[in-house]
Amino acid sequence: MEKKFMKGCEAIAEAAVRGGCRFFAGYPITPQNEIPEYLSWRLPQVGGAFVQGESEVASINMVYGAAATGKRALTSSSGPGISLKAEGISYLASAQLPAVIVNISRGGPGLGSIQPAQSDYLQATKALGHGGFRAMVFAPATLQEAVDLTYNAWEYAERYRNPVMILMDGCLGAIMEEVEFPEMKELTADNVKEWCLDRIDGREDDHMITPILPEPLLEKLNIGKGMQYKMWEKLDTKVEEFMLEDAEYVVVAYGIAARVAKEAVLRLREEGCKIGMVRPITLYPFPKASLNNLDYTKVKGVIDIEMTIPAQMREDIELQVKDRCPVYEYGRSGGMLLDDDGVYEAIAKIVKGGE
Amino acid sequence: MAEYKRPQSLKPMATPYCPGCLHALATRLVADVIDELQQSQNAINVVSVGCSALNLYTWKGDVIGAAHGRAPAVATGIKRCLPDRLVFTYQGDGDLAAIGLAEIMSAANRGENFTVIFANNQTYGMTGGQMAPTTLIGQKSTTTPFGRDPMTTGYPLKMCELMAVLEAPVFVARYALNSPKGVMDAKKGIRKAFELQMAGKGFTFIELLTNCPTNWGMGPIDTLEYMNTNTIPYFKPGIYKDKESEA
Ligand SMILES: Cc1ncc(C[n+]2csc(CCOP(=O)(O)OP(=O)(O)O)c2C)c(N)n1
Repeated sequence: MEKKFMKGCEAIAEAAVRGGCRFFAGYPITPQNEIPEYLSWRLPQVGGAFVQGESEVASINMVYGAAATGKRALTSSSGPGISLKAEGISYLASAQLPAVIVNISRGGPGLGSIQPAQSDYLQATKALGHGGFRAMVFAPATLQEAVDLTYNAWEYAERYRNPVMILMDGCLGAIMEEVEFPEMKELTADNVKEWCLDRIDGREDDHMITPILPEPLLEKLNIGKGMQYKMWEKLDTKVEEFMLEDAEYVVVAYGIAARVAKEAVLRLREEGCKIGMVRPITLYPFPKASLNNLDYTKVKGVIDIEMTIPAQMREDIELQVKDRCPVYEYGRSGGMLLDDDGVYEAIAKIVKGGE
Repeated sequence: MAEYKRPQSLKPMATPYCPGCLHALATRLVADVIDELQQSQNAINVVSVGCSALNLYTWKGDVIGAAHGRAPAVATGIKRCLPDRLVFTYQGDGDLAAIGLAEIMSAANRGENFTVIFANNQTYGMTGGQMAPTTLIGQKSTTTPFGRDPMTTGYPLKMCELMAVLEAPVFVARYALNSPKGVMDAKKGIRKAFELQMAGKGFTFIELLTNCPTNWGMGPIDTLEYMNTNTIPYFKPGIYKDKESEA
């Protein structure tokens, strides 16, 4: 294992290469430019291809083509560009192609702001494109977690033949932390997918990759996908549960917000408050059980902390809390950052004020 | 004596196109050339959105469906990952010259080493005959019921001419499929484009002037005559760029 002090965007770019990524296409947008910049020299070193697309629309469709060849393909962007990728992501889901999409999110809506925000939760978890499909959404809170999730993202994408999203805000993309990189994955001819366009395995039959299907087959695909989403919930939900045993208040936060909120939780614990935290690592599948199974004879309130206003995860939380206690929210938005004192005070007011 | 057979690169089924539609002939020409070059196992057909999407079901060989206008981007991803395969897109004029204008110009400008087959029927066939970027001045469509008026809709886009001003493309040519000579020339052009690609020379672009009896509201024979008197004078067949011969 190799340790390096690295910037978030570059760390996930390197993790992607080590995870077997051999194709990248993307279009410049702040705050994720270090990903394409890094991959422009790094991918050729390992025999991969880098293309600066003419738009996000073109880039995601290049990824669609690359993924169809069985190569591990990646694109990255931020809010405005992710919106443009929506069409292509839907086509990936329809044609059952694995690929990884990174969103280093910024303030929205519209051109919004280039400063960090968690403003794309609903887009990522509910509707990455038209047609009613889902994709796994990984939301790391540290750069090490970002490296590990990115490194393994294609395993999930290929297992389920579905796009996977890594959702990280501009703070995590820009900060520097020490990370340990896993070994380079060696993908041999054995890894060639039985459905892909490559003929390296010497196949003689023909392959069709299609985003359009006759109605009965499309219905069948969607029924299968529905079952798959249920399976993800059972097998692939990732969550951190922190100090929940005796908790009377439970904070729910992901990514950068969870880092800030954890400080507040620790500070309040020192002051004697019984408070814990649930940190979704997969936003989809959402860690329902962690919230549904709380002991509501003890829990007096659940507090949703997000770097966006209004809170976007709230409905998912409320569906699990089921009115068994009040749900509160606090956040900043538009590229205004959460800070330790602001989050502490917002939570303290609820916990101590018995609000 | 030459035997007239179904190309190996097409499945043994009836053409899905309307009677008299030159998409069927254009597809057949591409399939014939791929057979002749013994590339049926090596080719990857990137099918676009439009009537040509029907080729998803009739093509024998590897095939992939692209989003509307995005075939050149999809082909870019494929060719960069599998440089030894013969990759081509087959696109209609709405697909290539309207919604996909950015993708075609940029792929051509990058000099991507694949071939574009562009079937220009001057209409949106699949969606029922709306105005295309290539619809002729005065030509009727369901969204230009009184004929295309350049004052509000501009002029038919000449794609070969646009391609030819770019540095990177190596071969750019237009053929009309309404005469036996046009068909023979087109076949030669397609062959040349594929051979250039196989030699790694770069981007090749073949425009085929076709018809749409259904949406032009004419019998097939009349469409061929219409092409002679209206289409060909505006979209002049010819070789617009041939870098190898110039060199
Ligand atoms: C994003 C998107 N917009 C619109 C459509 C609807 N659509 C399907 S085919 C087509 C026109 C195709 O016309 P053309 O490319 O000229 O091919 P033709 O059918 O004439 O061969 C359109 C607009 C679509 N499928 N996707």
